[in-house]
Amino acid sequence: MTFAGNSPLFRLVAGILAILVTASLAGWAMKLRATTAQGRSTVANFNARTKAWWVMCGIFLVAASCGRTTTIIFFALTSFLALREFITLTPTRAADHRTLFWMFAVMLPYHYVLLGLNMYGMFLIFIPVYAFLFIPIRSALQGDTQHFLQRAAVMQWGLAICVYCISYAAALLDLPIPGYEGRGAGLLLFLLLVCQLSDVFQYVWGKLLGRRKINDLSPNKTWEGLVLGGASATGIGAGLWWVTPFSPIQAAGMALVIVTMGFLGGQAMSAIKRDRVIKDYGNLIAGHGGVLDRMDSVCFAAPVFYHLTRYFFAS
Amino acid sequence: VEDQPDFVVSLTAAMLVGLTRLISGAQARWQGCQPEMKQRIYFANHSSHLDFTLLWSALPPAIRARTRPVAARDYWQGSSLKRFLAERVFRTVLIDRAMPAAAGGALPEAGAQEGQIAKAAAAIGQIAEAMRGGDSIVLFPEGTRGRDGVIGPFKSGLYHLCRLMPGVEAVPVYLENLNRILPKGEILPVPLMGGITFGAPLTLQSGESKQGFLDRSRQALLALRNP
Repeated sequence: MTFAGNSPLFRLVAGILAILVTASLAGWAMKLRATTAQGRSTVANFNARTKAWWVMCGIFLVAASCGRTTTIIFFALTSFLALREFITLTPTRAADHRTLFWMFAVMLPYHYVLLGLNMYGMFLIFIPVYAFLFIPIRSALQGDTQHFLQRAAVMQWGLAICVYCISYAAALLDLPIPGYEGRGAGLLLFLLLVCQLSDVFQYVWGKLLGRRKINDLSPNKTWEGLVLGGASATGIGAGLWWVTPFSPIQAAGMALVIVTMGFLGGQAMSAIKRDRVIKDYGNLIAGHGGVLDRMDSVCFAAPVFYHLTRYFFAS
Repeated sequence: VEDQPDFVVSLTAAMLVGLTRLISGAQARWQGCQPEMKQRIYFANHSSHLDFTLLWSALPPAIRARTRPVAARDYWQGSSLKRFLAERVFRTVLIDRAMPAAAGGALPEAGAQEGQIAKAAAAIGQIAEAMRGGDSIVLFPEGTRGRDGVIGPFKSGLYHLCRLMPGVEAVPVYLENLNRILPKGEILPVPLMGGITFGAPLTLQSGESKQGFLDRSRQALLALRNP
């Protein structure tokens, strides 16, 4: 993507930086004013999160501004970190070692190479067809049948969520939309911003006004946070229509789809965490948990957003 | 081996440390003690060839430079690369195994038993001698790599060493998930997240029995499993 001159993307990036500066200043002001122990810990968490947002936005924006290849490498690394967190926390056995090696060393990089080479057909089917069939075969050849179906399912699911689904975000760069050539980075930023802002607004509105808990999956999520946060993120998405090929109404609709899928995806990923009796997938990002904790909504929103956009807007 | 210049040694060490960290993504948890510049016997569970390098890379560089592993001479003298790694990079304390790998850990015949005991005593003597200079030591008291993350019974070396080196604290170190990253019998690692937890130091109490101390130290290691 180019930041040159007065392009829409340049304005959007400037907007993101302005938000981060505001958040940092607000955190600094709150730190001065916090008096109770609980208040101080909330502010400390807020500041840790803001700092992590600086790092995440920084890495992503540098990668994205260097071009398409570095953006794809950025998402390949994100997939790698997410898959590592996922497989670490799910049960596999010694007999799966070589299958796992194939997943990390061959399938993940190859899938992103297909994306980089614009081989759309293979990109679509490599994981759902070939990797899907290969995984149980390779593990079966080791001869250990204990919990076999569960082990195969865990590996297939990890690859699908952490590699296949996340890669759809990077694939947005290449959507062939008439009159929108070379501006796919706008769609990618639209997806990431709506997804992440939806999480942030749900958290903030929930903290401010949250009364009714949604369920036991995510103790911090409330109906008030969901509705107000979702509405805020949808509104911001509609306001960002100018970086997308959508009209304002269409942008609102797409943002609503992203918010909905993001929320539901977060629920599914939380269900796994509760089942494994853990709070976070990792500890890589201070205040946020692991990469997968930050990407859970993107995993579910990206493929649906990609295919809806492709179906309705691409040539 | 002896001719390799020092910068090759430090470069190899830096690469191994970096590579191990990259593969295992492990962050050290100093739960029962702090990284301190004092003589210690680190003892850890053993399930992977990466165990020592990971423990080593988790130590701050200054402490790492004064911390040496203990390993079997017959394994590490196999090739010049192994000798280079063992002698120059890790500064391994090489000991003669009481029971060589070929014996498969089987009980020695009655006649050979005394020879084995003498060998074991000599090995402990070698380690104690190496510690005279003030270096810390990394031991894997199970003696061999276990499978599926099971922590086997401890051999008595840890006890004898603590008896010879009174005042040196023994620090339990729990290595997590390395049996999944690089299990026994595999050569290609899978880059899952490892964990490394340093527990509270133990010292041999006066009058404590051998089995009592070995049980206590194994329990201390097991207790680090679910922090």
